[in-house]
Amino acid sequence: MKYLMLMHAGAVDENGQNTACTPEDWMTFDKEVKDAGVFVSGESLADLVSATTVRVAADGRRVVTDGPFAETREVLGGFYVIDVPDLDAALDWAARCPGSWGDGSIVIRPVAQF
Amino acid sequence: MAAVFREERGRLLAALARRFGDLDLAEEVTSEAIEAALVSWPVDGVPPRPGAWLMTTARRRAIDRLRRDQAYAARLAILQAEADRAAPPAPVPPDDLPDERLLLFFTCAHPALPAEDRGALTLRFLGGLTTTEVARAFLVPDETMAKRITRAKKKISQARIPFRAPSAGELPQRLPDVLQAVYSIFTEGYAARRSDLAEEAIRLARILRRLLPAEREVAGLLGLMLLVHARRDARTGPDGEPVLLDDQDRGRWDRQLIEEGTTLVRVALTGGPPGPYAVESAIAALHNEAADVATTDWPQIVALYDVLLALTESPIVALNRAVAVAMRDGPEAGLALLDELASSPQLRDYGPFEVARADLLRRLE
Repeated sequence: MKYLMLMHAGAVDENGQNTACTPEDWMTFDKEVKDAGVFVSGESLADLVSATTVRVAADGRRVVTDGPFAETREVLGGFYVIDVPDLDAALDWAARCPGSWGDGSIVIRPVAQF
Repeated sequence: MAAVFREERGRLLAALARRFGDLDLAEEVTSEAIEAALVSWPVDGVPPRPGAWLMTTARRRAIDRLRRDQAYAARLAILQAEADRAAPPAPVPPDDLPDERLLLFFTCAHPALPAEDRGALTLRFLGGLTTTEVARAFLVPDETMAKRITRAKKKISQARIPFRAPSAGELPQRLPDVLQAVYSIFTEGYAARRSDLAEEAIRLARILRRLLPAEREVAGLLGLMLLVHARRDARTGPDGEPVLLDDQDRGRWDRQLIEEGTTLVRVALTGGPPGPYAVESAIAALHNEAADVATTDWPQIVALYDVLLALTESPIVALNRAVAVAMRDGPEAGLALLDELASSPQLRDYGPFEVARADLLRRLE
């Protein structure tokens, strides 16, 4: 069963880093999740100022806007897709992931099965 | 007649949910097996191993259902293979129904489900109540409860909340949610003056106590409920009006329940720092032991509330502690504590807070 872990950053320092963990913590987690064979995919996202939104209107016109910018403190900072047997296993991985530490949080969404 | 199968229903449901990894299928064939028993047992007699008979019948029905629906069967097979990869199935005793209800308790009270639904799910799946009965227990319209249960079942199935009891390491974090779910059934029964609900909560706690004999908080919860339930006949007046603890005829308290409850309090308090249910049950025991309000051991009760407050940091506990302090040191001391609590947002518009305050002001006079 695949789960998407959406990592939301809380408080960040001036370099955009989560203050509750170090880059080494992320490297350790990344290695663990890959060594355990549950890693499917995952990326860390560039800063939110680089975000662009696209909508296609009913008449086919493309509407491109800058942003969105952070309206709340919760900013999507990256994601992992992991393949584990059940929600408890996904929760365990999320708790080990530095993204859930400090003011950060991780939303877990099961990937739909068709 | 359905009540006769209350125990078996929960056991069958738990065992089948684990085996198939699907609560809908487990519920469906559990009901079918019990219906089949209701038809054939009065005619053919009760089989020598009723539990095994029910299990065999339920499994046959499940296999029939899966034969009819190949796509569903294929999906279940994948789910099952994955679940077995995570945790191999427990060995099944050959002679009768295994008791795998513990895992169902933990699924119903899983932290990924809404806290307010956990008691309802426990009542439905372990108490074997219908949705209508569960709705009546929690005083919500049938339709609302049906929606809540459907949504919870959908989450269990889609997010794959497992049918699995936590490991020893996870237990301390997960057990309080299960105890809270059972206790919420009891408090609903208490508030609505429904002995049947209170007794169902007690029955569920007894099952937990059998399944987790080493967990002292389970003993504490069961003890607490028994000690409070022991006062059921005295807490209502002849016209159904509530009678406060001070004014209750203590001769009408159920001595047998008090004895059993007190024994459990001792278990809950022995062998390490006590949990919140142990402390609450100890407070209830001190009330039940006292001949009247005047001879109640208030210093001891205040001391227990101090412990409970440190464990829970709940303003409601602080309120109860203030009342106990008033009994020990006089109403002025209690009122001073209530003044400190008045700014707590959780106590704003909280009826019992105003009642306690009014009572202490009356005692000043």
